[in-house]
Amino acid sequence: MRDVLSAVIGKTVRQVARLRGGGSALPGLVIEKLDPGFLGRVLGRLPYGVVAISGTNGKTTTTKMVVELLESRGLRVFTNRTGSNFSRGVVAAAIQEGDLRGRLHADIAVLELDEAHAMYFIDRVRPRFTLLLNVLRDQLDRFGEIDATARLLQRIADATTEGLVVNREDRLVAEIGERTRQRAALAAGSAAGGSAAAPEVREFGLSPALRAMFPSDDEFHVSGPSEGGGSVSETDSVTHAPAAPSTADVTLLEVGDHAARFAMDGVEYGTTLKLEGLYNTFNAASALALVRQILAAGPIAPGVTTAVTASNDELVTALAEVRPAFGRGEQLVLDGQPLELVLVKNPAGFRLGLASFDATGVAAMIAINDQYADGRDMSWLWDVDFTSLAESGVDTVAGTRAWDMALRLEHDAVVVGHVAESLREALTTFRERTMGRPRRIYCTYTAMLELRKVLAELTDVEDVW
Amino acid sequence: MTNQELTIVSLYPRDMNIYGDRGNVLGLTRRAEAHGFAPRVVEVNPGDPLPSDIDIVVGGGGQDSGQGRVARDLAVRADEIRALASDGVPMLMICGLYQLFGHRFVTYTGEELTGIGVLDVETLGGTERMIGNIVLETEEFGEIVGYENHSGSTHLGPGSRPLGRVVQGAGNAPDAGVEGARTANVIGSYLHGSLLPKNPAISDFLIGEAARRRYGSFTPRAGESETVRRARESSKRRPR
Repeated sequence: MRDVLSAVIGKTVRQVARLRGGGSALPGLVIEKLDPGFLGRVLGRLPYGVVAISGTNGKTTTTKMVVELLESRGLRVFTNRTGSNFSRGVVAAAIQEGDLRGRLHADIAVLELDEAHAMYFIDRVRPRFTLLLNVLRDQLDRFGEIDATARLLQRIADATTEGLVVNREDRLVAEIGERTRQRAALAAGSAAGGSAAAPEVREFGLSPALRAMFPSDDEFHVSGPSEGGGSVSETDSVTHAPAAPSTADVTLLEVGDHAARFAMDGVEYGTTLKLEGLYNTFNAASALALVRQILAAGPIAPGVTTAVTASNDELVTALAEVRPAFGRGEQLVLDGQPLELVLVKNPAGFRLGLASFDATGVAAMIAINDQYADGRDMSWLWDVDFTSLAESGVDTVAGTRAWDMALRLEHDAVVVGHVAESLREALTTFRERTMGRPRRIYCTYTAMLELRKVLAELTDVEDVW
Repeated sequence: MTNQELTIVSLYPRDMNIYGDRGNVLGLTRRAEAHGFAPRVVEVNPGDPLPSDIDIVVGGGGQDSGQGRVARDLAVRADEIRALASDGVPMLMICGLYQLFGHRFVTYTGEELTGIGVLDVETLGGTERMIGNIVLETEEFGEIVGYENHSGSTHLGPGSRPLGRVVQGAGNAPDAGVEGARTANVIGSYLHGSLLPKNPAISDFLIGEAARRRYGSFTPRAGESETVRRARESSKRRPR
């Protein structure tokens, strides 16, 4: 009865919120107040349980990949698609998609967990599987220090019941995997005592040749600004994982132009990809590892629910069809020329964005906002090397902190054509100045939202809300 | 005429590099070039020897995990660095190294990290994080703009004076009213953003002191930058 009541109230609030033009999280907020157990009860009934995906970079696209891989095997997947990655958003989505008994028509839930709100979520729902992508410096004014973020991810891992997939190449995340494995060994040793079991740990990783293309924050700082002139002392290279690298369940071997090669079970699988960029391709390895683990484990009650299977070939074929999520290498057409939107929200993401897309022949704009969702601190711009843009220059720099960005580019001897804080004005100028050329805009989160709104008046932009 | 060389030591870039500290080395390097010098950056990580001809030392902040390692290494070369400081070598220490250039840093859990006491300050770890855009007023450098993000409360003894008076923001401690510390030519501060690119007056001080010490005089040659002026203006306008 309680579920019916919560579901009805939630749906009503949603109608009202829609009429007011309000946000998608409001019904969730109301139900969370009235019925704090709603989320746990609704998600607790799913036959395959709850899957959590967390880390600083790549959550949205990876969640999309995992969802589509599972759907390709016929599973009905519940996910927080609209990008409201907070618990309220999850509750709101459960209300929207669930029936009036508060039941979800789904076999499994795959949820993107923001580090800042993950604790609130795992207090209510324990994930059956968790994927931890990375710990990179991101919006540090919101989350405090990197070590604190790693501790949050550790707590998500600790709350996970059956399976944990970690990035072998990210030192802090790999350590979480190692600790969990040690805990599992301890639990197995005292199995008679009935101590809590730890989840099975699997890794995804890179071939040695690819590691150099994915510099970690640690490594980036080893070389320092060598362009300052004169000699710079060489320091030892930083090792990736602390111990001898464990065998990864899925290894990314090679990356090409919209193509990749993975190793699984000792066999190599090559495929084309619709995803853009190095980072997304590496995250595809994480999605494969997670889906393999979920399907190997099967449903919680095998007698009741039929198990779904997939060969590696079938998974790779499904992966080839996944398109990038909103703003993650999104391609639009403007004035008959391609326009790429590349989301940049922290140094590692910006560095990989610059490394993933060739600057030659493409007109570039950079839009940097410092709203709360972007992070107010501009220090991170100084942790990105922009010298790869020096040859072609940057046509337009925009956003609330356009001048910080312009100053940063000046220090790397990158020529800037035009600077404007107003995104609308900047886009107009950028468009006029770069007619007949392909364009690319690197932008922070809120800058992307605003630019998409302006672009929607000029060309076809997919509605994500 | 060949440009005069200036040796800039970047202290612990591997462990103390959070919040764009690299930008200070880059800002200082570019500014020194604009003044007509040939800057040379030497990175010193734990265990590395200090070069013999140091003109300026710059250091940054770190994560908890790096701080202990750096404190141990700093203790080994404490006398060497104290001698440089008392000899007038200009230094800029941000955040974590600001704390370790003081007498001690007592963490919130009561753990004590011993500093090298170049600055007459000590820091207590707290639970309140001081985060946001900050503006200082100083006599020597004019207005300083930056971004603070720390939970340590730093208290000054008589041997150090503040870097500036807080116009907007927290400073050394909640409601401290002042930010940073100075003893001789050593400056400690929590400000990043990065500090030097947006506050060339501080770069000029470091370069000027270094040039006078090594070459006997300093003739400023770098001009005003419109980009710097606009970047300072926009950061002052933004919410905390």
